[in-house]
Amino acid sequence: MVSIAVDLNRCQGYAQCAFLAPEIFTMHGDEALLYNPDADDALREKLAQAAAACPVQAILVDAVDEPTEVVSDAR
Amino acid sequence: MTQTLLHQILDYANRADPYPIYEELRRTPVHHDTDGPYVISTYYEIRSLLHDPRLSSDARNLASGGADPLAESASEESALPPSFLRLDPPEHDRLRRMTNRHFGPPHSPHRVDAMRPELHDIVGGLIDGLGDPGRIDLVEEFSYPFPVTVICRLLGIPREDEARFHTWADTLAASLDPDPDADPAERGKGTVEARMQLGMYLAGLIEERRKNPGDDMLSQLATAEGQDGPMTTMELLSTAALLLIAGHETTVNLITNGMLTLLRNPDVLQRLRAEPRLAVPIVEELLRFEPPVQLLPGRTALADIEVRGVTIPKGSTLWLVLASGNRDPQRFENPDRFDPDRPDVQHLGLGSGIHSCFGAPLARLEAQLALSELARRLEKPRLLEDPPPYRQNAVLRGPRHLRIACDGIRP
Amino acid sequence: MLGDGALEQLKREGRIVVVGASLAGLRAAETLRAKGFVGSLTMIGDEPCEPYDRPPLSKGVLLGRARADRTALPRLRSVDATWRLGVPATGLDMAARRVRLADGDEVPYDRLLIATGVRARPWPREEEAELDGVFVLRTREEGSALARRLDEGPKRVLVIGGGFAGSEVASACRERGLPVTVAERGAAPLVGALGGVVAAVAADLQREHGVDLRCGVMVTALEGDASGRVRAAHLSDGSTVETDVVVVSLGALRNTEWLSGSGLGAGPRGIACDAGCRAFDIRGIVTDDIYAAGDVARCPHPLFGYQFLSLEHWGNAVAQAGIAAHNMLSESIDRLPHMDVPAFWSSQFGVNIKSVGVPSMATEILISQGSLDSRRFVGVYGYQGRVIGAVSFDHGRWLPFYQELIEKTAPFPPQFATVDRHPDGLRPVDADFPDPSVPSHGPTVTLSGYSPADRRITFTPAH
Repeated sequence: MVSIAVDLNRCQGYAQCAFLAPEIFTMHGDEALLYNPDADDALREKLAQAAAACPVQAILVDAVDEPTEVVSDAR
Repeated sequence: MTQTLLHQILDYANRADPYPIYEELRRTPVHHDTDGPYVISTYYEIRSLLHDPRLSSDARNLASGGADPLAESASEESALPPSFLRLDPPEHDRLRRMTNRHFGPPHSPHRVDAMRPELHDIVGGLIDGLGDPGRIDLVEEFSYPFPVTVICRLLGIPREDEARFHTWADTLAASLDPDPDADPAERGKGTVEARMQLGMYLAGLIEERRKNPGDDMLSQLATAEGQDGPMTTMELLSTAALLLIAGHETTVNLITNGMLTLLRNPDVLQRLRAEPRLAVPIVEELLRFEPPVQLLPGRTALADIEVRGVTIPKGSTLWLVLASGNRDPQRFENPDRFDPDRPDVQHLGLGSGIHSCFGAPLARLEAQLALSELARRLEKPRLLEDPPPYRQNAVLRGPRHLRIACDGIRP
Repeated sequence: MLGDGALEQLKREGRIVVVGASLAGLRAAETLRAKGFVGSLTMIGDEPCEPYDRPPLSKGVLLGRARADRTALPRLRSVDATWRLGVPATGLDMAARRVRLADGDEVPYDRLLIATGVRARPWPREEEAELDGVFVLRTREEGSALARRLDEGPKRVLVIGGGFAGSEVASACRERGLPVTVAERGAAPLVGALGGVVAAVAADLQREHGVDLRCGVMVTALEGDASGRVRAAHLSDGSTVETDVVVVSLGALRNTEWLSGSGLGAGPRGIACDAGCRAFDIRGIVTDDIYAAGDVARCPHPLFGYQFLSLEHWGNAVAQAGIAAHNMLSESIDRLPHMDVPAFWSSQFGVNIKSVGVPSMATEILISQGSLDSRRFVGVYGYQGRVIGAVSFDHGRWLPFYQELIEKTAPFPPQFATVDRHPDGLRPVDADFPDPSVPSHGPTVTLSGYSPADRRITFTPAH
């Protein structure tokens, strides 16, 4: 799975992502964007298309494949 | 005699490489010759103005003799009323919303996405059908027929009628060129005539679609009713004409400019061949580097607007030179370098704000697919002439022909 | 200051501790690494999970389109940190430069960033708050619990508080076809943030979408049944709402209790810091090794009369974290002020609401584009003759223009013509805020420069 966040302050509802990767991004009304923050790996290519097409570059996609190792006992 | 910078932009002699003129233009971010338009050429100023509600796109606000993007005459005799491209809110918003209802989200979210296999087939068929590999005119054989086929299928226009509307579309696209020396009356006449013809042609089609609706956009626009009610027949005609012409005259340049740029940057072409996914950043960089719409010549100031210390008086016409903003070194490092690895390509190639390109997602898919397939299938492609001959148009700029050769065509 | 290569040493082998492993903490950590910090980095978070995004919790998650446990924030770069998650910080020793943890551990630091954020304000009566069916919404766990309950198809959802969060919850419930009552103390939903003129539109939207909206009322008591499950709410107007789910949406509390007694200038209103995110101690003296960012920080904003603003905004957390991280690693002359214009968004009832500036400081509003009736408009807010904020309903593409007006301290009301100006946008009206917070009259500060890269402050003293 790949994590996504959209900076919705930047987003101006151009909907390019919702055109190109409708499995992940949907328009809710004319301007509001809804998205699944956890996209299937099979959609990586479409996600890359959507993120590249965003006219305000508001789509943030996981760039790191690094599990967070939690130190619960670091004494 | 020295030409003004404006004349230099429009001068056909500079069509192959207008970028040095833009560079000179940017030294005066708000450029103004007596009686001429205010020409804005720097990135941040253009971007601001694209979001500035004091600018009108309404053709009816334009000072006479002003330019006329995507081919609509503001004159009284015009056969069709302005399309949403040449309207302000709220009419613009309403018509664009109604059109989008049948094209994209929220109401038709899968339409463009679902066209992928079809686009693939069309591209494959056109490449299969290329003639002598030693002498290919990419424009005639590929980058023109591809988007035309697509827009015809989308709208539900018979492909075999192409010969008829092609001439009208060309005339209308030519009327875009803001040539201050042309006789406006003479040009206006041709434009009005072409619009009238196109309007009558579309009216006939729409009539037919109303009787026998299909799943094409024309049928849907003609029959559907959304929250905004139905379009009037005149609105429908204008909208259909806009989509047909815009789908016709812009993507062809994006694809041709794209292949030209790749052939001039063989390392990138090589990479694309190995990795088709690179088409995505390549197309974004292309929209920056060689945008198919070079400038927006038809905006009017509704109030005095101060830009970089210059007051643009109310009523003035503005030109926003998108292609120059895209090469602004204040915004893009090494702007004259074609670099698909740029981390941050927030280009102006498709405009911004409420009038940003309606067909953008389709244009993107078409160009990505066209370039990756050409890269994959043409063996050792090369340019037969560089620069190629260009079309007259300074606004919708692109090669008239792109003659290339290759060693063969892979399956 | 840090002379003689001390800064280089800090970057190379210093110890930076970030308390708060959410949006601000993560973005700060990424910025620290991006700016060349290769020393040790420790991320401390009270929740057991890695950093996650909260906005989807009140939108996609409640609509059933996203899962509450699947909103991890994308990692923009590797942070190579030691993560202490699920272990809240419990104390700070400023003299010894150590953070105490709930498990008794102490973590030493050379630089500390506090980004502990806020938590939902609970229902004030504990025994009622503990009734089954009473929820707050801030964390992943809370989002997950509420979403599960909505899946069960409750008879009615009561939302207490008609702010942005409460309105979004109500919107999601209506979209799922659940009966909803919203109880708002003010005259209309969103009135505190946007004023009465715009709030009236929000109220219409709610009612049109079938919300049972009750304004000017308070919930006085929640009543449970014999099994400890909420069954009704009593309102100050004497009425009773039968309900099996109550969402308490009464704003947030700042997570600063762990700092009490530390000597840091932290309290219920947040952690006071300078415009460069350095925290003040209780004496009003700025520290040089402790920084704050995100919802927990209060910092003076040059554009808004140097008022201390505390902003619970996603964008603020990102921007402020970047500034704090930069300043931690910079000589004083290279430090940057946090001067992003505040901005936020909300989507509810199919409408996208966006805002820039600080509308709640305003006294007047002018509808400069579109119309309130159409629910598509831009409203410009004015205070003391200046543009101080703007809001848009499905008109977000115009907002950058208004942000520029705010940055330039443009005069209010704006005197120019715009496209789509309606008769009700010809003159300003009282913005109708319930309790305007009035900043003192002061010097004028504008942001200048042509590109975001060369933003500068221009200071014009008051005469």
